[in-house]
Amino acid sequence: MYRYDEFDHQFVKERTAQFRDQASRRLSGDLSEEEFRPLRLMNGLYLQLHAYMLRVAIPYGTLSSRQMNQLAMIADKYDRGYGHFTTRQNIQYNWIKLEDTADILQALADVEMHAIQTSGNCIRNVTTDHWAGAAADELADPRPVGELIRQWSSLHPEFSYLPRKFKIAITGAPNDRAAVKVHDIGMRLHKNDKGENGWEVMVGGGQGRTPMIAVTVREFLPEREIIPYLEAIMRVYNLYGRRDNKYKARIKILVHEIGAEKFRAEVEAEYARHPSQTTEVEERELARIAKYFAVPNFEKLSKFVPAFESAKQSDHDFARWVRNNTAAHRVDGYTIVNISLKATGEIAGDATGEQMRVMADLAAQYSFDELRVSHAQNIVLAHVKLADVHAVWKKLQQHGLAEANYGLTGDIIACPGMDYCSLATARSIPISQAISRKFADIKRQEEIGPIKINISGCINACGHHHVGHIGILGLDKKGEEFYQITLGGSSSENASIGTILGPGFAGHEVPDAIETILNTYLQLRNEGEEFLHAYRRVGAKPFKEALYATA
Amino acid sequence: MPLLKNNAFVTDDWVHVDDDAALPYAARFTVSFERLVRDWDSFAKHTSVVGVRLSNTTKAADLAPYISKLALIVVPFPAFADGRAYSIARALRLDGYQSELRGTGNVLPDQMQFMRQVGIDSFEVSERFPLEAWQRASRQMSLAYQRGLYRPVGEREVWSERHQGFVAWEEQPHAG
Repeated sequence: MYRYDEFDHQFVKERTAQFRDQASRRLSGDLSEEEFRPLRLMNGLYLQLHAYMLRVAIPYGTLSSRQMNQLAMIADKYDRGYGHFTTRQNIQYNWIKLEDTADILQALADVEMHAIQTSGNCIRNVTTDHWAGAAADELADPRPVGELIRQWSSLHPEFSYLPRKFKIAITGAPNDRAAVKVHDIGMRLHKNDKGENGWEVMVGGGQGRTPMIAVTVREFLPEREIIPYLEAIMRVYNLYGRRDNKYKARIKILVHEIGAEKFRAEVEAEYARHPSQTTEVEERELARIAKYFAVPNFEKLSKFVPAFESAKQSDHDFARWVRNNTAAHRVDGYTIVNISLKATGEIAGDATGEQMRVMADLAAQYSFDELRVSHAQNIVLAHVKLADVHAVWKKLQQHGLAEANYGLTGDIIACPGMDYCSLATARSIPISQAISRKFADIKRQEEIGPIKINISGCINACGHHHVGHIGILGLDKKGEEFYQITLGGSSSENASIGTILGPGFAGHEVPDAIETILNTYLQLRNEGEEFLHAYRRVGAKPFKEALYATA
Repeated sequence: MPLLKNNAFVTDDWVHVDDDAALPYAARFTVSFERLVRDWDSFAKHTSVVGVRLSNTTKAADLAPYISKLALIVVPFPAFADGRAYSIARALRLDGYQSELRGTGNVLPDQMQFMRQVGIDSFEVSERFPLEAWQRASRQMSLAYQRGLYRPVGEREVWSERHQGFVAWEEQPHAG
């Protein structure tokens, strides 16, 4: 994975010093909260309901064991012993003291991390496929491009005061696990007839109160042109994006209001008007970065590992976990291990300092020293030998990390909701916990099969409810929390926005409603038909009838 | 309002003329973009002393016929969070504008470095901050990743430094 050189170190060091100065001016009273606000937001520091919240960037979701250990240290020393992995592949600490923040940023800088641009109206942390570099279906590892974009977007002078926040997601595989079509910019790697790499560039996707699927502005952008082309898109947005209403300020509204054709023409005109200087430096930089993502030293192994097979046969719990939580690796004899942070009744995405250290140790010992954070708030060990999987599972089991529900009913995405967030209109965590308890029986979850249940505690949709196969949106109606249910959303390559099913439910009714929906599905599905496919075949009607018939 | 240029406060000797006001005699002056277009023919003989004040919805491309003859362009920051003028300034510089480019409005020390990097080289600033605050703010970051931006002495571009002395593609021998 990427390592800082002297320049990256110097950059983060100067930035940390700058923030230390700003924080001390705030603490001494030289800066008012109003003046400090935009400065702290540029460093990922929010003032939430109970305390400051610090969001730390995990670029494209990849981190080393050393970095994970440092995140654990911060959780133990400066927070309450845990951290929260987010849908943007970052980590948040919810109980931070202002006077500690400069020291925390220093501790992050020590391990080549930072909190730059994890908030504010700027280009946020680039996200990608959590199986990057490992997935069997991948054309190429997208992370070198992710790192190139990270560097280019860091403190970009032209694009740090955009109309609104800006999120870029990229994928190197045809099966989209990075939800690129619901980002401000999504990029998908593919190859042309000559076998050259190029990127489909999509713009204007998003969730929030106006969910939209991105439109393609370029079918095939040569890799060397990524930076100048992104600059053209950003310039068009910065100049013409709406600033009169923060709810209409995202790029999706601009694309929607002027139309995809006009938007595309504006970008291409901007791109042609300022033909970039030569792109040799960008090409060289990308080649330099790519070396850090060289394919690990995989051993030549057999696909068939007798000890692994016999462990599965003798231990059904292990076999189940393997079935649900591992995925096909591109190299024989290896697998991708997905660690669920969704233990029954726990808070989605939370991990204790100790759990972080356990995962860091496992990565160091068994997975080339590297971990990933997924946008579904789980942790991935991307390169584990089949021969080691049983040992990994044993260790995970001892620390409450061996839940076998990856991709199933219990693997719920949930935002922090009203328990932490000052924007929320309803709680998300207790709803997710109640559903998880109701479906605690893993056999039942397996019977239901792959499904994505996503919960947001307000219209801003941080819990991705629009693209959940089942989406749950918490709202406030005259001081009472109630929850709207949507069906049929998807963030994959066949992305779609879910449709509202009908009147909302009180919080305590939600788990029963989900059960009714899932039972309806079980009755009407064809053999082997997943929930989303069944829904797309039959539509909302049978689910509506089942849910509202007796109401 | 003090004018900050090259890290020092200087006197602003430009006269800013309203749309209906008479032009000053023997003084450098700015007009709005609308008046610039309207009265351009009568300004043509003054070209070395004419400047323009833009709104943040003026398109840089619309200035193309004028930029080689203008001596000052003023871009506005109506609020610190309104970043349109960063792109207007950058586009003007990319289009080849070489004279003074001035930022006005909500120009604060913590934003000044970004403004300078997109090519703004003078600043109408609030009296609230002493010169020392501006000087300190302007040297907080010595490195930047982006290329092709304005870099005063002491500021370095990471990518350019890393790949110093690269051989342009055309000059490379064929690899075979």
